[in-house]
Amino acid sequence: MNDVARITVATPHRELDTGTPARVKLAAKNLDFYYGGFHALKGINLEIPEKKVTALIGPSGCGKSTLLRIFNRIYSLYPKLEAKGEVLLDGQNILDPKFPMNRLRSKVGMVFQKPVPFPMTIYENVAYGIRHHERIGKADMDVRVEQALRQAALWEEAKDKLKQSALGLSGGQQQRLCIARAVALRPDVILLDEPTSALDPISTSKIEQLIEELKQDYTIAIVTHNMQQAARVSDYTAFMYLGELIEHDATATIFSKPSKQQTEDYITGRFG
Amino acid sequence: MSASLYTWRKVKNVVALTLSIAAAIFGLMWLVWILWTTITKGLGSLNLDLFTMMTPPPNEPGGLLNAIFGSVVISLLAIVLGTPIGIAAGTYLAEYANKHWLGETIRFVNDILLSAPSIVLGLFIYTVMVAQMGHWSALAGAVALAFIALPVIVRTTDEMLRLVPQQMREAALSLGVPQWKVTTQVLLRSALPGVVTGVLLALARISGETAPLLFTAFNNQFWSTDLMQPMANLPMVIYQYAMSPYDSWNSLAWAGAFLVTALVLLLSLLARTILLRNKVTHE
Amino acid sequence: MNTATLPASLVDLRTARDARADRLFRWTLTAAGLFVLVSLIAAALSMLWGGREALQTFGLGFFFSTEWNVGTREFGALVPIYGTLVSATIAMVIAVPVSFGIALFLTEVAPTWMRGPVGMAIELLAGIPSIIYGMWGLFVLAPQLSEYVYPWIDENLGQIPGIGVLFSGPPLGIGMMTAGLVLAIMVIPFVSSVMREVFLTVPGRLKESAYALGSTRWEVMWDIVLPYTRSAVIGGVFLGLGRALGETMAVTFVIGNAYAISAALLEPGTSIAATIANEFAEATDPLHRGSLLLLGFTLFLLTFIVLAAARLMLRQLAKREGN
Repeated sequence: MNDVARITVATPHRELDTGTPARVKLAAKNLDFYYGGFHALKGINLEIPEKKVTALIGPSGCGKSTLLRIFNRIYSLYPKLEAKGEVLLDGQNILDPKFPMNRLRSKVGMVFQKPVPFPMTIYENVAYGIRHHERIGKADMDVRVEQALRQAALWEEAKDKLKQSALGLSGGQQQRLCIARAVALRPDVILLDEPTSALDPISTSKIEQLIEELKQDYTIAIVTHNMQQAARVSDYTAFMYLGELIEHDATATIFSKPSKQQTEDYITGRFG
Repeated sequence: MSASLYTWRKVKNVVALTLSIAAAIFGLMWLVWILWTTITKGLGSLNLDLFTMMTPPPNEPGGLLNAIFGSVVISLLAIVLGTPIGIAAGTYLAEYANKHWLGETIRFVNDILLSAPSIVLGLFIYTVMVAQMGHWSALAGAVALAFIALPVIVRTTDEMLRLVPQQMREAALSLGVPQWKVTTQVLLRSALPGVVTGVLLALARISGETAPLLFTAFNNQFWSTDLMQPMANLPMVIYQYAMSPYDSWNSLAWAGAFLVTALVLLLSLLARTILLRNKVTHE
Repeated sequence: MNTATLPASLVDLRTARDARADRLFRWTLTAAGLFVLVSLIAAALSMLWGGREALQTFGLGFFFSTEWNVGTREFGALVPIYGTLVSATIAMVIAVPVSFGIALFLTEVAPTWMRGPVGMAIELLAGIPSIIYGMWGLFVLAPQLSEYVYPWIDENLGQIPGIGVLFSGPPLGIGMMTAGLVLAIMVIPFVSSVMREVFLTVPGRLKESAYALGSTRWEVMWDIVLPYTRSAVIGGVFLGLGRALGETMAVTFVIGNAYAISAALLEPGTSIAATIANEFAEATDPLHRGSLLLLGFTLFLLTFIVLAAARLMLRQLAKREGN
């Protein structure tokens, strides 16, 4: 049995549901990214379909996190980073300096590798982003907070502790809180940057289940260094190496019949 | 031969380690002696009159009320003046100028200010305020002490903010919240225990300072609430009374010394406890 | 209704408003940062400005003259400068080995449970206000020294030909040596805590490999730790020196306030800070005041150089650690 087949048998993965082809929500067009003089991303062309989960995989340093962080322009925090090309959200280029940051960040949310609850109560953590963007009364806010916590599968565990500090939650709970914080703004896209790499296996599987539910309402892009996770949760997978997009296809295809040798080498563990 | 070399090395080792124990005892001995002196001489002169009566002429009964009041007023005013600028400058260093040449320069200058002789800062405010106004004033004293408190607060704020994980900044910004709100509502809040510690340490430091007051607030025999006039304060009263030949003044000086030392040590302890307690909850 | 569904114009307005607020915030913080920078420069310049009359009258000779006569209006800085340097030197000669010993004790010798409390106790010494040191020095230490220690020094060390001169003088109890001793006690907590922090940064692997080769604890400290941390240790020493040079109240109480230069360390003398502290309030003559301010500027310059050097050396080690 060849290597790829062995991996395929061992790794559960989903079949892409054939139906209407998904609309493109987020697309990178001829995207180049520079860190100082270093050319970190080279000519990326990638389409992220709406309300599906797209995974970005590849060995350390391939640029997958870098690419993800362009989608909400969080890189603009740092002076030496520069992006050239286009990233289209619903057809509009978000790299255009005239595209308002507020609009971008309320449509594209992000969850980070390390859970970072704010030093506030659980309720306040979730309400924080909403408060900046909208003016709503207490009753409405209560509803929004509950909705967000339910979507993050945290409501049952947190509903009696809303006024307690978020720092008292466990690691897995804190990460779900961060997810609640992101979905509270009702974005269109959620970016997940290695969301479970700092968590134990039980929390990890809870969050993977969550992703399954969230994709009904949100477009999801997830960076993961764990191939099995990509195979478990995503509909599409993009494999990157040394700043280039090597291959992008349905997850089932990538893990069973990759077109590029490099992809196959990575998947079968020959490097990375 | 190698056996005797080995013995020689062992001897050197024992001697060195013994000397280090002696050094530690030497250091602690002075601490105990000084504290013992302050406590015994001070406690002996401690009574309620200290807090109810004013500074007296020599050999008459009295207390330290105006001095205590003056010290409280001047120190609190100094903290009120120095803290906002200190926190602002510290935030600038950590959030906007970190690893930038201007930030490094300001940090360097701040460190110099931190260790600079306090007499220099007193002379500075003398030239700038007292000489211009033509007389001593409590306000000038507060400004001089504010300049001593400032670098402490700048440094603590800077260091505490730099400890806040970068991902917290990114997480808040990715919600679309602007930089200024993120800094004040999330980052400073996260660093708050550390910043408070900085303010307490600054307060402890200025409570014991005498030299700057020599040239600014000077001293006042009587009760005064006028900020634009000289005001009594503990360090100056202690100085004047300790150097005098009168027994009643000397014992008042020791009482004042005891109060100041107790305050400074309590504030330092409080600051340390806050820092320790928050390190635990953050883990 | 959330931002995604609000009309774009309102959202963009909010973005513009946020950007303005961000700019104002940044500007305010930058001003505060620059204020710190300006403060130091202003402090230095103000003393120079205040002392300009003295500088114009006496020129550079001011720094080499031993005159100090309020009546004839002749002032010179040599005596206080000498006193400042000598008292600080005595302080460092005592403080450096003791601080090293304490740092060695706290990092290698003391049982782990003892390290925290003892370390904290030593640092408490740093918190005690300097006026307390002064009072204790004058009323408690000086009499003890004058009765027991100095006569012994006078009779024994003072008789040695050559360096005996250093140890002679009336056993008053106050004087240059007492000032140096009190300064040493004040400086020990600073220098020892810098040394301790710096010793703890030495990578465990480095020490472990030395122990594995059979080194004694002393040898590890002397041959490995000290060389590794050398520049930071010197930086810490300079930091202590900076403190010793600028200390006012403790020195004023015990240095004797005699305007004289003497090789005998038991003799009283004066320092820059002590002179200023003693005379400023009564100095009505503008030239007198100006001279005192010029003295202050001298002190500032002296400590600035020492503290700048200290910081540079401390950063060298920090850089090596990759901070």
